Amino acid sequence: MEKFKFMGYRRENGRVGVRNHVLILPLDDISNAACESVGNNIKGTLVVPHAYGRLQFGEDLELYWRIIIGAGRNPNVAAVVVIGIEPEWTQKVVDGIAETGKPVAGFSIERHGDLKTIEMASRKAKEYVQWATELQKVECTSDELYISIKCGESDTTSGLASNPTVGDAVTKLVNSGSTVCFGETSEITGAEHVVRERGATKEIGDEFYRVWSEYNDFINANKTDDLSDSQPTKGNIAGGLTTIEEKAFGNVQKIGKELKYVGVLKPAEAPGGKGLWYMDTSSAAAEAVTLWMASGAVIHLFPTGQGNVIGNPITPVIKLSANPRTCDTMSEHIDLDVRGILQGELNLDQAGDMLIEVIKRTANGRNTSAEALGHREFIITKLYRSA
Amino acid sequence: MLHFLVHGKEDNVAVAVVEVKSGESGECLNMETGERTTIKAGTDIPLGHKIALRDLSVDDSIMKYDSDIGRVVAAIKAGEHVHVHNVKTKKW
Repeated sequence: MEKFKFMGYRRENGRVGVRNHVLILPLDDISNAACESVGNNIKGTLVVPHAYGRLQFGEDLELYWRIIIGAGRNPNVAAVVVIGIEPEWTQKVVDGIAETGKPVAGFSIERHGDLKTIEMASRKAKEYVQWATELQKVECTSDELYISIKCGESDTTSGLASNPTVGDAVTKLVNSGSTVCFGETSEITGAEHVVRERGATKEIGDEFYRVWSEYNDFINANKTDDLSDSQPTKGNIAGGLTTIEEKAFGNVQKIGKELKYVGVLKPAEAPGGKGLWYMDTSSAAAEAVTLWMASGAVIHLFPTGQGNVIGNPITPVIKLSANPRTCDTMSEHIDLDVRGILQGELNLDQAGDMLIEVIKRTANGRNTSAEALGHREFIITKLYRSA
Repeated sequence: MLHFLVHGKEDNVAVAVVEVKSGESGECLNMETGERTTIKAGTDIPLGHKIALRDLSVDDSIMKYDSDIGRVVAAIKAGEHVHVHNVKTKKW
């Protein structure tokens, strides 16, 4: 595949985005109300309320910073207004986002109250919206895109058709210079030895294996019985999946047959360069897509079997399915129907090209189904209880 | 109408893309090689389930996606349904 061109937003740090959001970002759940008022006052803003409290500590707190700051840093975001209860943590988020060079301002509610904060933040948000709406798109190339991938509500059509379609497109994208990230640590169980071999070096494969083993050890320490009854699930078995290996190999079709991943990322950690990357993520769709968005992914590919409906406020989620019933009964959610593969009428090379065409149109501005339907799931991964 | 898809050239199972009844013959496409053949179902094969492409003995590996996905625990004849009654994980 040749790199394709598209019209995108080049940010101050050179990164390319495919959307131009003015984000109203709450530091914590108690700032949601003020953020929503700002969003109501100033049209054209994007509010991302979330359920995070405070009193995280250790690695859980580090992850929280990566997610909140990462959301502001994402290249799909033009400018950010941060609102938090107190000034120090609010400033920490502002500083983390300001490193990119984009406009960002913080407001804290202590000593002002919601209403004065809302006024100050609204004035700033208005300034940002009027600035951002004048930004012009410029010609960019596909090797400047960072795309994440995850499947959900999988069934046998996923392993047969929609996941291999993603694998074909991902192979073409990475070979022409794009950056792609996969993950879902738990769903690799059954194929972990093969994924280890796909590391670009022995050290990288070993690091993946270490991450997977930690997860596996945690399961073994906490399980109450032999897991052969719960993985694959009853639903998977009814659908034809016989072993956990089969389920995992169906999942891993998403990275294609030949690519090697060049690094292993912590949750929400940004890739250090181009190519295929592995990130340790949950398999819960909204948490995982939020982690990739926070790491800088500007588009997400989501192959589905039974029909997952998830979206993300900052990163457009593209849905594809090969399940005819899903494509027919949930058509409003599906961006690409690849049922032709199951009929022998479409091969993977053609399906991969069709997916790349959808990616290009999305990069050029076409809203995905999830965007049009208003799916804006923004879910912060929490590692353990707060203090 | 296509009945079965095979993922890889090393595979010894195909997946039904329609409901297939015992005795029915149908077209099988190998996605890796493009090869089309006809195979006959010796048992009912539900949509999404696997059919054996050749006879398999106990302890043979089931190959799908050119990878080992499990161990045969009861002998299987070509054309028979391959699932939890005759294949088990090697994982635990």
